[in-house]
Amino acid sequence: MSIRIGTNSFEHRVQEGIKNDFMRGAVSSAQGRFRSGRLKAAEELGNWEDWRTLGEEIRNHTMENLDFYLQQLSDQVSKRGGSVFFAETAEEANDYIQNVIKKKNGKKVVKSKSMVTEEIGLNKALEEAGSEVVETDLGEWILQLDEDPPSHIVTPALHKNKEQIRETFAAKKGYDKTDKPEELALFAREQLRKDFLSADIGITGCNFAVAESGAVTLVTNEGNARLVTSLPDTQITVMGMERLVPTWEDLEVLVSLLTRSAVGQKLTSYVTSLTGTRLEGEVDGPEEFHLVIVDNGRSKILGTEFQSALHCIRCAACINACPVYRHVGGHSYGSIYPGPIGAVLTPLLDGYDDHKELPYASTLCAACTEACPVKIPLHEHLIRHRQIIVEKENKAPKAEKLAMKGFAKWGSSPAAYKMSTKMARTALKPWTKDEKIENGPGPMKAWTDARDFPAPSKQSFRSWYKSRRKGDES
Amino acid sequence: MKASLFITCLCDIMSSDVGKDTVEVLEKVGCEVDFPELQTCCGQPAYNSGYLKESKESMKQMMRAFKDSEYVVGPSGSCVAMLHEYPHIFKGDPEWEEAANDLAGKSYELTQFLVDVMGITDVGSKFQGRVTYHPSCHMTRLLGVRDAPMTLLENVKGLEFVALPVKEDCCGFGGTFSVKNPVISEQMVEEKTEHVTETGAEYLVGGDMGCLMNIGGRLTRNGKPVKVLHIANILNYQ
Repeated sequence: MSIRIGTNSFEHRVQEGIKNDFMRGAVSSAQGRFRSGRLKAAEELGNWEDWRTLGEEIRNHTMENLDFYLQQLSDQVSKRGGSVFFAETAEEANDYIQNVIKKKNGKKVVKSKSMVTEEIGLNKALEEAGSEVVETDLGEWILQLDEDPPSHIVTPALHKNKEQIRETFAAKKGYDKTDKPEELALFAREQLRKDFLSADIGITGCNFAVAESGAVTLVTNEGNARLVTSLPDTQITVMGMERLVPTWEDLEVLVSLLTRSAVGQKLTSYVTSLTGTRLEGEVDGPEEFHLVIVDNGRSKILGTEFQSALHCIRCAACINACPVYRHVGGHSYGSIYPGPIGAVLTPLLDGYDDHKELPYASTLCAACTEACPVKIPLHEHLIRHRQIIVEKENKAPKAEKLAMKGFAKWGSSPAAYKMSTKMARTALKPWTKDEKIENGPGPMKAWTDARDFPAPSKQSFRSWYKSRRKGDES
Repeated sequence: MKASLFITCLCDIMSSDVGKDTVEVLEKVGCEVDFPELQTCCGQPAYNSGYLKESKESMKQMMRAFKDSEYVVGPSGSCVAMLHEYPHIFKGDPEWEEAANDLAGKSYELTQFLVDVMGITDVGSKFQGRVTYHPSCHMTRLLGVRDAPMTLLENVKGLEFVALPVKEDCCGFGGTFSVKNPVISEQMVEEKTEHVTETGAEYLVGGDMGCLMNIGGRLTRNGKPVKVLHIANILNYQ
């Protein structure tokens, strides 16, 4: 798996999403819970807007000085016995990780949740190289068993219900109990425990690395990341190159913003910071620690008008606020990064060719921008993408381009514009019945397929205004 | 106080009553209202679709049309929010930067102008009926106008107000979105009209004609009896 999921067209994916009543019910109720939780958690803090501003400043400062902080992070990790590898591409990252496993003669890999490893297609690469890879985040494990991609960046199996999960467990793991969540979770726990105990490699993602100390911070609710990082002798952490903070103080701010924005919690059950290997005299920690820092297109975003997209802390608040996501679901985006941030990031990381519809999958309602804890102007980035698609990529439909050329002429010519205000009612008359249009011509059809179009007013504003002024004068 | 009406292209072409009511409300509260006839469209349909060059042609016409105005007042949060973007769009343009700053600085949405500039909370209108209100996305999130419409509605005599559930959710209009992604737009407007119907309101009121055409069109298509009114209609009702 890589950034792109599936080969169906955007229209097809959307149709499938809209038809999937169960998924829509699940997404809608989850969005409701996440949104009210986020708002409550933000309110508790009292001065949420100040926190957002602080979060934005920290992210901005970090990106402006990314080279410095990456160097500092790398130095600190090395100092504490770890190895650091900068991977420019997904292939480089996967190759490095494969080699580490090979050298350790590793057979079984346990993983905690990580979007960047989805992005680089790590599981597939490792499996092809002969490793057994087990996802240990419950949602990710369900998806792995079902060979289904994530539909949400925080709760990846959001689109599945307990009955579907029971069926998956039964088909793939011989589960024979009910679809009670407690029973399902207990079964997963028992199954995964065996994997934890027999694994020789642990792979984690990284919520934030702390540059000043070289610590890697993992934010989870299930505790699986603790087992992934404490049982196997070798730990490999994979992080996007933007996922770091300068100091512990900054970490506190961003973790607060993250957990409150993601799930409406003050803190998640586990916030774990791990620093390097087990040094002499220490009782725990891995024998070997590798930090793989993945570029995979990120450095191309630095210094562009899209730089703030790298500020993202992967909380999914924008996804949970997005009404388009609610109706079409995560898989409709055709990217492992769905929702508003996905529509911004995916074309940046994976190009426009396969993703040119994503920037238009938004009404620009700005619910995403309002929800973002680090103030990424998501809807503005979507407009920027549209400009690039029109002007640089030349991927806009011909009819649209013609219409917009016409718009420029109309909008800059008061006479032509005035004529349209006069003629609209007459022009639409053939389709008008009872002061409304139910079957509009041409591009109006897309509108009237779902809703009526009103007939323009009988008397135009301009003629009313003119007659009124004449009245004043007389 | 002198106010120039920015009618918005949608009201200019489709809904003259909103323009008339805006003029009359402004006059009622003591403004001298003029209508600069050279005005066209704020440019948003092209700008939001990615056609920057084309949108600027229309924007320049707007700056020419309103250059002598003291205040510019429009019955749309979305179109006024677009005018407020001009300074970003024309930043560094020696010919237009100043005009862009000037227009943005003197432009207000109708309720925002009444409450924040004129200091009026009661325009003296009367309206009998059960009313719910859809706060349009650009009015609230981009222009930051949340309280003004509510303040004015609260003081309309006879009006019974009922809150719209999940009111902050987009109605699915999104300008060209409604025809570019009609399938998604339909789902969104359906959800919005379900919420409107749930309230039991006789009237749905809003401050943006685009959203109202979208929601209203879906309501009539589904045979729902809820009537749609612009807030200017209510504020000028006796």
